[in-house]
Amino acid sequence: MEKFSLKYKVLHLFGNSTTIIRNVANGGTGYRPPPRTKEVVINGQTVKLKYCFTCKIFRPPRASHCSLCDNCVERFDHHCPWVGNCVGRRNYRFFYMFILSLSFLTIFIFAFAITHIILLAVSHRSGFLNALKDSPASVLEVVVCFFSVWSIVGLSGFHTYLISSNQTTNEDIKGSWSSKRGKDNYNPYSHGNIFTNCCAALCGPLPPSLIDRRGFIQSDAPQLAPPTNGITMYGATQSQQSHMCDQDQCIQSTKFVLQAAATPLLQQQSSEPVILTASPENGGSLPGRTSLTLGGPCTSLPLGQPTPPTSTPSLSCHEAADMLPIHGHGHNHSHPLQEPVAHHHFLTPEEVPSPPGMLHCGSPLGHSHTMQAGFYNPASQDSLHEDSVRGLVKLSSV
Amino acid sequence: MAETHSLQDLQQPAVSSKVFIQRDYSSGTICRFQTKFPSELESRLDKQQFEETIQTLNNLYAEAEKLGGKSYLEGCLACLTAYTIFLCMETHYEKVLKKIARYIKDQNEKIYAPRGLLLTDPIERGLRVVEVTIFEDRSIGSGR
Repeated sequence: MEKFSLKYKVLHLFGNSTTIIRNVANGGTGYRPPPRTKEVVINGQTVKLKYCFTCKIFRPPRASHCSLCDNCVERFDHHCPWVGNCVGRRNYRFFYMFILSLSFLTIFIFAFAITHIILLAVSHRSGFLNALKDSPASVLEVVVCFFSVWSIVGLSGFHTYLISSNQTTNEDIKGSWSSKRGKDNYNPYSHGNIFTNCCAALCGPLPPSLIDRRGFIQSDAPQLAPPTNGITMYGATQSQQSHMCDQDQCIQSTKFVLQAAATPLLQQQSSEPVILTASPENGGSLPGRTSLTLGGPCTSLPLGQPTPPTSTPSLSCHEAADMLPIHGHGHNHSHPLQEPVAHHHFLTPEEVPSPPGMLHCGSPLGHSHTMQAGFYNPASQDSLHEDSVRGLVKLSSV
Repeated sequence: MAETHSLQDLQQPAVSSKVFIQRDYSSGTICRFQTKFPSELESRLDKQQFEETIQTLNNLYAEAEKLGGKSYLEGCLACLTAYTIFLCMETHYEKVLKKIARYIKDQNEKIYAPRGLLLTDPIERGLRVVEVTIFEDRSIGSGR
């Protein structure tokens, strides 16, 4: 009965008439439900918002999960291997200015290298080939520059087109807004004219980072008010949850042991995610890289029980990166499927996570927006913080 | 009865539940929150009051993200100074965020706290939700 009322409440919360939450059957252990989606109508276009199992949020429109950065990125453009980071909402203009200035530089170098060779050839009079012999470095430079010019200038041109049509590389590659998909397919984010699109992308307001990269995580400590007469329900579910947690923890540690035994020493790194998710089961502190990204304000959050009693025990699942960033200048990424990030519960479709985030913008030209997810469940509201803390790193606007 | 309750009254009120007001993406990726009145607050708050709060928040965020001469000028100036100007002044967006923080504090003090509610600044939740914490009602004589 409680379960039903909870589900009803959550459904009601997502009462937006244009929101459709597809139902997923919640099977037993070992069954991974298909990806869940939520549909919203944006400026007349229907957009599907996917649920990110790693970051435990419904991705905002235009966001995508990057497996290399291991987080969701707002207005995801692509992951640039040259700079080693994702290009997203907050650093797109800097990236664009970078490639633009780089293209001027390569053209400049190319032009002057050629000029140098020509001047040598003219002054020597003994022939062009002799001039080349005199300055072999210039030859090399010209060759390198020639290829660079084509690739960098090509990339700049491509991004200029993207900016003018207010698309991301991701959207362009997928053809999300291409007219080939349908007659009525148009880009709902475009401002209409090229000038506005350019200005918005390059000179628009810059939101600050929502992540405190230098903060420390506080170890999880239950900070629940002692159950009074008014919250007997809360108290009752506590024991239930802790029982569930033990079970989950057992499953997790067993899995971890098996995994650690199976993976060679070199790949220890990849099994880390299992540890990451094991500890939140019982409210332990989060080790690993997530710890560096949680902020001071986090400490004010009570980090309590993780899973709501209505969810099934955790399973591991693969977060398949759903995009293939093909870089403009021809580099293909292959994403290794992320190591199973064990989730300690599955969501029934009604327990659509309403994401509370706990973030604070602290870093100067910081690049990340992080968000988290949790569950709306009055009995396990602290699981929201729990999950939110864990997912803190997971969405960046880079 | 009075003695058993007095100690509890001195403690912080217990959190009864939380309501999350989600983002409204109907006009794109700009920061907007749904103005739909959640049923959990029906007993505590006026629908009108709530909608007014959310609407004001939406307007403030729209102001922060507004594209216009002023923001373009700021962007161009920043670009020309290689973004060092942000060492001296804060961005328009950050100014509005501070304004929002003040507004929320004000709303909490005037309207929400007397009703046993607490609004959390969305920036602390990554601009994902407006979190409304409902505290349990301990007032004697509350007929709820």
